[in-house]
This record gives sequence, C-alpha cells and structure tokens, in this order.
Amino acid sequence: MDIYLVEAIVNGVLLGGVLALLALGLNLIFGVIDVVWIAYADIVMCGMYLIYWLYVGLGWPLPLACAAAIVGLAAFGMLVHLLIIEPILRSAPINQLLATGGLLFFLQSFATLLFGTDFRNIGVRLPVIELGDIYISYARLLAFAMALIGAVALYFFLKRTFIGTAIRAISQDRDIIGLMGADQRRIYLITSMIGGALAGLAACLLALQYDVHPFIGNTFGPLIFMICVLGGLGDMIGGFIAAFVIAQIIAIGGYYANTELSYVLAFTFFIVLMFVRPRGILAR
Amino acid sequence: MTARYALFAGGLCILALPFFLGSPYAMHLLIQILLWGFVYTAWSMMGRFGFVSLGHGAFMGVGAYVPALLWNYYDVTPWIGIPLGVALAALLGLVIGYPCFRLKVVGHYFALVTLALSQVVLLSIVAARDITGGSLGLTQRAVGFSWYALQFPDKRYFYVIALVLWLGGLAVWRAIDRGGRQVLEAISEDEEAAASIGIDVLREKLRVTMISAALTALGGAIFGQYLMYLNPETVSGVAVSLQIVFAAIVGGMYSMLGSTVGALLTISLNEGLRVAFATNFIGAANTIYGILLILCIIFMPRGILGALENFTARGARSKAQ
Repeated sequence: MDIYLVEAIVNGVLLGGVLALLALGLNLIFGVIDVVWIAYADIVMCGMYLIYWLYVGLGWPLPLACAAAIVGLAAFGMLVHLLIIEPILRSAPINQLLATGGLLFFLQSFATLLFGTDFRNIGVRLPVIELGDIYISYARLLAFAMALIGAVALYFFLKRTFIGTAIRAISQDRDIIGLMGADQRRIYLITSMIGGALAGLAACLLALQYDVHPFIGNTFGPLIFMICVLGGLGDMIGGFIAAFVIAQIIAIGGYYANTELSYVLAFTFFIVLMFVRPRGILAR
Repeated sequence: MTARYALFAGGLCILALPFFLGSPYAMHLLIQILLWGFVYTAWSMMGRFGFVSLGHGAFMGVGAYVPALLWNYYDVTPWIGIPLGVALAALLGLVIGYPCFRLKVVGHYFALVTLALSQVVLLSIVAARDITGGSLGLTQRAVGFSWYALQFPDKRYFYVIALVLWLGGLAVWRAIDRGGRQVLEAISEDEEAAASIGIDVLREKLRVTMISAALTALGGAIFGQYLMYLNPETVSGVAVSLQIVFAAIVGGMYSMLGSTVGALLTISLNEGLRVAFATNFIGAANTIYGILLILCIIFMPRGILGALENFTARGARSKAQ
C-alpha cells in the first residue's frame, strides 16, 4: 500500500480525535437540553484567544493558561445558558438555535475588534513523531488521547454518578423530571457548565496545532454539528464513531482528490445519511 | 385609507430620489438594500412557515455562478444564463426539499441539512478553482454598456432593475400570503391534521421551497451582474446564509415589508458604523448586530415590524373600546 495513503489514514484517525473532542461538549448540550449552540465552535475560538492572550500577552505558564481557559469557558457556558437559552427554553427549538447564531456574530466580530483578523499562534511547537516513513503530529496524538479520555470520563460520569443520572433522565423527558423532585434549572446549568469546560479542553488542544483567528469557528462548526447528528444526539459513542468516519472521508478524499472535494463528500454523506438513518448511525 | 395613499406617495418620492441626488454612494447603498431586501423576502417566504433554511447561500451561489461561468467560457448571454441558474437552484431546492419533507426532517434538523447543502455548494465552487477561480473569486468578462451582456457601468440601470425585482418579490410574497397562507400555516401548526383535511402537504411545502430558492438565485445573479465580481464566501459562505436568516427575522418575517426593514436596518447599521469609526474598528457593526439579534429573538420573535403591528393593533383596539 502507498505510504502516503497510510499516512492519510493515520492522520484521519488523529483528526477524528480532534473532531470527537470538539463534538463531545456540543453533543452533551444538544442531546440533553435539545438546544443547538450554533456558536459552539466560536466559544472554542474564544478559549483559544484566552490561552493566546494569557500565555503570549501576559506570560502565564501554558498549563495555567489552559486551566484558566477551561474554567473561563465553563463559566461562559453557564452564562450562555442563563442569558440566552433560559428565557426562550419553552419556545420553538429553532429560536434557540437562532439566538445562539446572534452569539456567533457577536463573538466573531468581538474577537475581530480585540485582536484583528491576523492569524495568531502561541508559538509552541510540539515534536513530530516518526514511525518508519510516517510522520505523526504529537499535538494531534495528544488531542486524540484527550478525546478518548474525555469520552470515557463523560460516559462514566453520566452512567455512574447521581447528577449524571439526572442529566440522562432530563434528556429523556424534560417535563416529568420535575415531578421526581429534581431541580431542572440546576441540571441544565451543570450541563452547560460541563459543555463549556469541554469547549475549553478542546481550545487547549486546538491552540497547540492551529493558528487562531476570529473565523476559525466557521471551519469546524458545520462539521461538528454533522458529527453530533450522525452519531445520534446525546450518544457519546455514536458521536465518537461518527467523528472518525467523517475524518476518514476527509483524509482519504484529500489523498485521492483535494481537500475541498473531500469536505464536499463528507457533507454530502451527512445529507444522504440524514435521510437513510435520521436517528444516527448506531440507532436501532 | 388616506394615510396609506400618503405613505405610498411618500415611498414613490423616496424611490425616485436617487435620480436627482447624483451621489453614487447613496445609489450603491439603495441598490444593496433593494437587492438584499429581495433576497431576504425570498427567504421569509418559507421561513415564516417554520422551514428555517440555513442554506440559502447555496441557491445564491448557484444563481450567481451559473450565468457568470456560461458568459465567461461559452459567451452565453445572461438572458439565457440567469434563467438556467434559477432553474437549477429550484431543482436543488426540490432535490433537498423532497426527502426532507417526505421523511419529516424538520426544525433544527432541517436547518442543519440545509447548512450542509450550503457547505457543499461553497466548497464545490472553491474546489473547481480551475474554472471558478476558487477563493480568489471570479470577474465577469466586461464589455462595457450592453443589454446583451446585461452589463451597465451606469448604476442607475441597476437601481431600476433592483427596484423592479424588489417590487416583484413583494408581489410574490403577497400572492403566497393571499393564495395559500392558511394552507401553509395549517401545515406548520400540525402536519397530520392538515393532511387529514385533504391538504397535499408535500406539494405545498415543495412549491414554496422552490419559489424561495428560485428567487434567491435570481437575486444572486443580479448581484453578480451588478458587482461584476463573485467570491464564494460572499455569495455562499456560512455568514451569508446566516445573514439572510437574521435580517429577515429582525425585520419581521411575518410582514410583507419586514425583510426589507431588516435589509435597511442591517445595511445602514453596517455603513453607519463603518463611516463613524473608519476601518480601525472592523467588527464593531457586527458586535452590535449580534447583541441586537439575541435581544430581538428573545423579546421580539416576530421582528421589528411584527412588534410594531402588534403595538398599533393593540392601540386601535383600545381606541375602539
């Protein structure tokens, strides 16, 4: 087999890790609150800028800057829920999507206002691993590992803890849960907080391998929505598999044709699958 | 009724003004407002019935690129190219609409499917960079003043074209409102119930989707002819699709003139802030716009014109009592 094809497949697996990590938090919010945060990728972008600003601008150590981004975005996630989602939680789902679309415009242009449209890099270069003739980016490997750990941790959190059980319950029926004596509002807030924190985690790992600019969310945003829907809403394992399928289509398509065509293929695949298996690839 | 005539006369005066103003900048703004107003109106034709499409950039892209490519490579006049592009966009609307409506892909799933569609068109245009110029954009072969090529260096021609287009868009909006609003509203309220009283749900939905797609493509085509430059991001990007949705919602998609109000508001806000803060403040306009959108969707889901109508209706009722 062609060595470049092997490299494309390996890189596809690693890209899948990045996408899975990005989709993790969105999947939680989409699946539990049944709200599409269309600005999710832009919230990640804010985290990347926060890391850039703290690390390059203020000279904080990198791990501290990353921790700050996770905490900051967790708080931001709660704010988004309190200020934008909660007032319209009872109206049509499409309104919630559109309200976070306003947030998307706001975040993108606010970032432009603060940092300009320049591409910025935190300037940390992680080594590249050589395996025979294949080159693997260490940063991507790290993102892959974190996505795996994150997905497993989230799985156990949802299955084994009390609050996790409450979150799963509310995702099944948001009206009945109140009768069981659970505080709906608190569960939604906690879910939004975890979603935000996961966006922060994704920001840390993206900042290591991509330049940050105000419109980076447009590159990932549409892809991760597709992954959440393909995987089946709130289905962490399905989301994980979907991320790798999409990433492989992009990587292998990029090897045979070019990058844009491989994305066209991925989006077409999504549209077709939406009609064939509307409840996600793992749905029975 | 006299108030309505006065409003009408006043409107005519404002519309005739640019001919005497002689300011190319004001003319450019007016053309933009009219053309975008037309596109937003086209979107609201389906948006108001609950089919929120985030993919109208796809239709705009098809409508703009098809005539431009035919003209550049095969010397085909836009008089043939534009109808072809419009027909292709309507077909695209059918291809995406049929399975969606058939399989009941609604709400935010419909929004995401159409978002994917706009990405497919956008990335296809970029990928075919050998003929479309990719991200660098495409310039139509200029021949100066020509009816055959639909190219007019004099902006006033485009002002008239945009005006006619806009009025036509309003007429279609009104026709749908008069002819099938109850049917479509019944569908958006409860599909099964609508079907049970003999409404052909699928056909009605497809009809309005195809009209909306075709008109959006027409708007895109005229934009291309006017600007004489196409760029995939500015006709098919995610930002364009979202901008279409939001301007229509902010203005009020349930009123005939709502989308035009949205266009007026967003373009004047953008230009006003650009003039006020010059270029060292890029992003200021959209920052305010974003906040405005969030507030609008939370507090005025029927848009500015919708809220105004509610307000005046309440006033009239209290006076009658």
